[in-house]
Amino acid sequence: MSVNAKESVPEEAVATVGESRAQGDGVLLSIKDLRIWFELRRWGFGHAGYVRAVDGVSFDLDHGEAIGVVGESGCGKTTLMKTILGLYQPTQGDVIFDGENLSELGSRQMRSYRSHVGYVQQDPYGALPPFMSVQRILEEPMVVNGVRSKAEREQRLRSVMEEVKMTPIEDFVTKFPHMLSGGQQQRVVIARSMIMGPKLIVADEPVSMLDASVRVEILRLLRGLQESHNLAVIYITHDLSTVRYFSERIFVMYAARLVEKAQVQELLRNPLHPYTHALLAATSDPDYRNALAFKEVPPGEPPSLIAPPPGCRFHPRCPRVIEGLCDVQEPPEFEPEPRHFTACWLYQ
Amino acid sequence: MPEDKLLRIENLLLHFRTTKGAVQAVDGVDLELDYTEAIVILGESGCGKTSLAKAVLRLLPRNVSAYSGQVYLEGSDVMGLDDEEFRRNVRWVQMSLVPQAAMNALNPVLKVGDQVAEPMLVHAGVKKEEALAQAREMFRRVGVPVDFLNRYAFELSGGMRQRVAIAMSLVTAPSLVVLDEPTSALDVLTQANIFNVLKRIKQSLEVSFILITHDIATSSELADRVAVMYAGQIVEVNDARQFFTEPMHPYSRMLMASVPRLRGDQEPEFITGQPPSLLAPPTGCRFADRCPSRFDQCVEDPPVTGQNRRRVKCWLYT
Repeated sequence: MSVNAKESVPEEAVATVGESRAQGDGVLLSIKDLRIWFELRRWGFGHAGYVRAVDGVSFDLDHGEAIGVVGESGCGKTTLMKTILGLYQPTQGDVIFDGENLSELGSRQMRSYRSHVGYVQQDPYGALPPFMSVQRILEEPMVVNGVRSKAEREQRLRSVMEEVKMTPIEDFVTKFPHMLSGGQQQRVVIARSMIMGPKLIVADEPVSMLDASVRVEILRLLRGLQESHNLAVIYITHDLSTVRYFSERIFVMYAARLVEKAQVQELLRNPLHPYTHALLAATSDPDYRNALAFKEVPPGEPPSLIAPPPGCRFHPRCPRVIEGLCDVQEPPEFEPEPRHFTACWLYQ
Repeated sequence: MPEDKLLRIENLLLHFRTTKGAVQAVDGVDLELDYTEAIVILGESGCGKTSLAKAVLRLLPRNVSAYSGQVYLEGSDVMGLDDEEFRRNVRWVQMSLVPQAAMNALNPVLKVGDQVAEPMLVHAGVKKEEALAQAREMFRRVGVPVDFLNRYAFELSGGMRQRVAIAMSLVTAPSLVVLDEPTSALDVLTQANIFNVLKRIKQSLEVSFILITHDIATSSELADRVAVMYAGQIVEVNDARQFFTEPMHPYSRMLMASVPRLRGDQEPEFITGQPPSLLAPPTGCRFADRCPSRFDQCVEDPPVTGQNRRRVKCWLYT
């Protein structure tokens, strides 16, 4: 579709962008060598380098697949997610959703794209407007996306409220966010992300602000929705122990790059990258024996994304560094086990 | 009275005045702590665990409606002291606090070295050089490079700021440090690092810790004993070894079952329902509404049973 033609496309046709594609197990989202650099300026205009928040990330996500992206704060996982949501423009590389390249979409098509992608925020209270009732919060995306019939809006609202198990519905629709508990607020956020019938949900630490006792409930709810609607889900977290209950594959991100990609069970049983090893070793399970021993933690802190170290970005902290290789040349992605990828010279 | 306990809290009460009535945030808490022991206070948000810390350190907001009970620190009754005596002789002398968000706890316009030295100037009355030397020593112990003394808080990473806050709590050599969610905002590797630091300090400096957290998995990194708080009350106190293998109170058991684990194959469970309002908590057991093993007697307030080191507030154990 050319840029000039898009103004003349009737609204109905725009609303079905992506829906013409074949449903099923094919690739839904394809990220190709994505780089997102933010320019730093000195005194407001002089160039002072780039923050390379995402630097060469590629992966494919199938219809109905759940993946977890694990990494520490500042590793670029939120930037990656915001680019997928269409909030940032890639500096280089492509985000292809259902055959459409995001950077080639016009503003109307972008709006239709956004209705195919739901977003579950980290802090439910911050994500919900305090002056809107649950009813208005859930109706707003439908109004914006042109669901004109009041009856249809009502019907969609009811079915989505039932799906997130906020029943009886009448008890909740008139309430304001501050009247709900943290778990209920997060349910409203999930309901809002579901209301346009998305194909992909991006969940950014959806349970990190919640109490232990409701965390599992919310994760299970998301998992249930994912299965019943054949939704693709990108679950972003720093907590490895919740990922295993949720996703099929895990991507481990370190300093703007994906260092390991594998099936969940495979990654937990046989971690390859030294950084993944460190993450797994540092994650505790409740066990009194933890107090009796010190944990092995790699020294130092993640590198600056303005001037990342040459070669492998983990090499200054890596216990298994190969002198003359890891500190010189950036490791490409190897596949030492079937469908288990890692960017580490140990597996060349 | 023989005093082999570092801290003894009896029937501590802290209620807040609100427009809707009194919030009973801490409602009759008994707790004991030995020298060089670490106790973890576990609970969900709103259970009163931070208020308990505030009550112990007497860092009270203005809307307090009731504050009573006994707190004995190294044998002396600190509740009897007036605010000025408490500030002069107890807070940051005998016990100190590592607050929840280290960024907000550090003054943005002071060098961190000066901040860490400040309690020494105020409480020990030493010269500035001596205080800075002590600060340098503390930086070494918590693993912050000593040239960071001249930096400002915004120049440090989250983990380093938290270490500085820990250094500040230790500089006057108190016998008790209260840690309020010290690692909740930090990454996994940084968290593991901080707990390594705390373990080392506990061994080398002979200090006791009260660790307040909602994170059951990481709390096991430091705990000698565990106290579980629910709706303003402590429902179970137990040795870490017993608690993490076989908790007693039904709430503790469900809380433990809700922890997602990296190793092993258990599916985590969740607790249905919500904790009661602290404005008008139920008269009987406060967990009864959500409890799977409730029976007729649970409408009455359960007594606390068991020995000092293992206590549970539940009718199942009477």
